[in-house]
Amino acid sequence: MPTPAQLHHPDISPEMVSKIDEVIAAHLKTEGAVIPVLRLCQDIVGYLPMLLIDYISYGLNIPRSEVLGVATFYSLFSLKPKGRHTIKACLGTACYVKGIKEVITRISNEFNLKEGETTPDRRFSLEAVRCLGACGLAPVLVVDQDTHGGVSASQLKSLLEHYE
Amino acid sequence: MNKPRIQLMLCGGSGCQATRSRKFQDALEKELERTRLDQEVKVIETGCNGFCAVGPVMLVQPEGIFYQKLTADDVAELVEEHFLKGRPVKRLQYVEPASKETIPNMNDIPFFAHQKFRVMRNKGMIDPEIIDEYIARDGYFGAAKALTEMSPEQIISEMKISGLRGRGGAGFPTGLKWEFAGKSPGDEKYVLCNADEGDPGAFMDRSILEADPHSVLEGMIIAARAIKANKGYIYCRTEYPLALHRLDLAIKQAREYGLLGKNILESGFDFDIEVYQGAGAFVCGEETALMRSIEGKRGMPRPRPPFPANKGLWEKPTVLNNVETFANIAQIILNGGEWFAEIGTETSKGTKVFALTGAVNNIGLVEVPMGITLRQMIFDIGGGIPKKRKFKAVQLGGPSGGCIPAQCLDTPIDYEEIAKVGAIMGSGGVIVMDEKTCMVDMARFFLDFIQDESCGKCTPCREGTRRLLEIIEKICQGNGEQVDIRTLEKLSAVIKNSSLCGLGQTAPNPVLSTLRYFKDEYIAHIVDKKCPAKRCTALLGFKIDPDQCKKCGLCFSACPANAITWQKKEVAEINREKCIECMSCYEACRFNAID
Ligand SMILES: Cc1cc2nc3c(=O)[nH]c(=O)nc-3n(C[C@H](O)[C@H](O)[C@H](O)COP(=O)(O)O)c2cc1C
Ligand code: SF4
Ligand code: SF4
Ligand code: FES
Ligand code: FES
Repeated sequence: MPTPAQLHHPDISPEMVSKIDEVIAAHLKTEGAVIPVLRLCQDIVGYLPMLLIDYISYGLNIPRSEVLGVATFYSLFSLKPKGRHTIKACLGTACYVKGIKEVITRISNEFNLKEGETTPDRRFSLEAVRCLGACGLAPVLVVDQDTHGGVSASQLKSLLEHYE
Repeated sequence: MNKPRIQLMLCGGSGCQATRSRKFQDALEKELERTRLDQEVKVIETGCNGFCAVGPVMLVQPEGIFYQKLTADDVAELVEEHFLKGRPVKRLQYVEPASKETIPNMNDIPFFAHQKFRVMRNKGMIDPEIIDEYIARDGYFGAAKALTEMSPEQIISEMKISGLRGRGGAGFPTGLKWEFAGKSPGDEKYVLCNADEGDPGAFMDRSILEADPHSVLEGMIIAARAIKANKGYIYCRTEYPLALHRLDLAIKQAREYGLLGKNILESGFDFDIEVYQGAGAFVCGEETALMRSIEGKRGMPRPRPPFPANKGLWEKPTVLNNVETFANIAQIILNGGEWFAEIGTETSKGTKVFALTGAVNNIGLVEVPMGITLRQMIFDIGGGIPKKRKFKAVQLGGPSGGCIPAQCLDTPIDYEEIAKVGAIMGSGGVIVMDEKTCMVDMARFFLDFIQDESCGKCTPCREGTRRLLEIIEKICQGNGEQVDIRTLEKLSAVIKNSSLCGLGQTAPNPVLSTLRYFKDEYIAHIVDKKCPAKRCTALLGFKIDPDQCKKCGLCFSACPANAITWQKKEVAEINREKCIECMSCYEACRFNAID
């Protein structure tokens, strides 16, 4: 396997590379470091391009198969780029009982966007998540950092308008 | 500084933050400053108060007046009328739905009045980010007693007397678990806290961590002392940013106070805690998978024995307990096991925290004494079913649990009694369902979750749950056959008996319990090709019954595809060509006129 001496990727800026290097350096001696390193690197870049996986495996000196195995096992990690805005629809039981399914269907119809995918213009990504701890407000939609409770399919349009 | 005349305990839990409690707080603090009341009236941000459904909520102390649904627009009136002139604002208080009576005092509101606060005794009473407030309410007194006055054997014996059982789901006696790990040879041992909270409809552990993080740390210190461990981990979901933040703060403060680290309280005992963030996998709530995950691997369970008490994290003796279990410990040590066991039934002692959600009026977090009935919890505390609909079932225990129908509502909350009616106590998720919930669809929902979360290690779980899901989907699509019911039952038995871990072993429960009580609904789907609750799209006619239609036009406004024609005083009609089957009209119609 070629060793990625340098991290050249359109989505990874030089500043990001130095931050990534810091993260890797800080975890070199930690046992069980793969998950925290992947998490911190994803926070920096926004997702985990394949090249970055290689870079981390090389940096931590852990087989690529193991790093990739961990990255694909946990739902937190994404190997695909995300949109500018992430819509998280709660698929927890309380939200399901209160009709989140209709809300998701409406998003899919309106933006031609399926669960786990990103619109071609990279405006929205749609994710299904499990219970956000705000069941009292079910059904719940989180757009970026904003939690919206009691959403109904009919108010979606005006709700999402603000996110350009 | 003088003690403030009034303390405003404003909820800053996840639920209330979602209803913009921060915005209210900013406005309130500004107004108090402007009116120069900021020395007399103090705002304290607390963790979840429990009554999330009416958030943002605030308790005015020492009067005990409870305000709900607060917005920034209410601030001026509230400050002027209540805090300046001493006249509480009635319009922002709780109104009892049945009697339409306003109830000013929190303790008089039925939602709170029937609860018993032990685990949540500090919720909404303290600022969780300040350790002194926890200490002022007897915090760390239990740890001090355990470390300076009790031997490990005495701690374990007290735990056994209490009868406390694990609150993470399986209900294993905590004292016994500690005893095994304590007796296991080795000088390197671990205490782990399970804060993975995987049940996708529950938020008890999150709220405890947000409202009272020190209570969990204190429980862990006592456990560590009992089994002689020097290192602990809290395995917490990444999806819980506020809980993670408060845990970090709490650990830092505890270290500064000499309650964590070397030579705790001069007792010669060392113990420290680290937080480990999970990465979103339900199976990691299972004990052996959780330990693997902390070791940095794919979180897959392994067969037991060896049990974690002998070989756990890094192959060392380990105790793993749930958040709520730990939150119970300090009070048991402080007040004694017998005090704890005063409440409850023969086999289930103490209280249990539940996240009461779904089709129930008072949604929120409740703590009840073991032994009260489901009916009391749902109707007295929960205030019954909204929109005048009928109760259909209550789901306990999440994806591993089961549905309990109306005829079993008088079942007491007790590990064994709940198991008898086909559900499990579980970790505390309670989803109330009304007549608009399709039970076949619910079974499908949980299977979909399980199938997605099966780690794939063993075949019965991986393939078996997929087959179950396929069959149920077929039934929901209207292609079910009579034999499917038998197949579901047979396959479920195989999966239960041959899966490696608890995930697979309990995966068929939602199917089995709905089959047990709601077989007629399956039959309706299979034979009549009808979904009685009108949830399964493929079985709906998208036709308006002219005899039932009250000509109100609600469906007309709700339809996004302009597929409905309607005029005043005329029956509505759906144009199937344009209809996108989104079901908005079914939601909108109040007269059950669409078939
Ligand atoms: C698939 C699966 C998921 C689980 N998820 C959780 C969880 O999210 N939280 C929890 O405390 N226990 C969970 N458990 C139970 C744990 O394995 C373990 O029994 C528990 O944390 C022990 O603590 P307790 O004795 O205090 O309940 C899960 C078990 C299984 C099989
Ligand atoms: S299902 Fe949706 S699209 Fe079809 S008629 Fe009803 S509201 Fe309109
Ligand atoms: S909402 Fe129901 S009752 Fe009202 S017009 Fe539509 S079908 Fe008729
Ligand atoms: S189920 Fe959606 S927030 Fe809990
Ligand atoms: S989050 Fe405020 S009451 Fe639960």
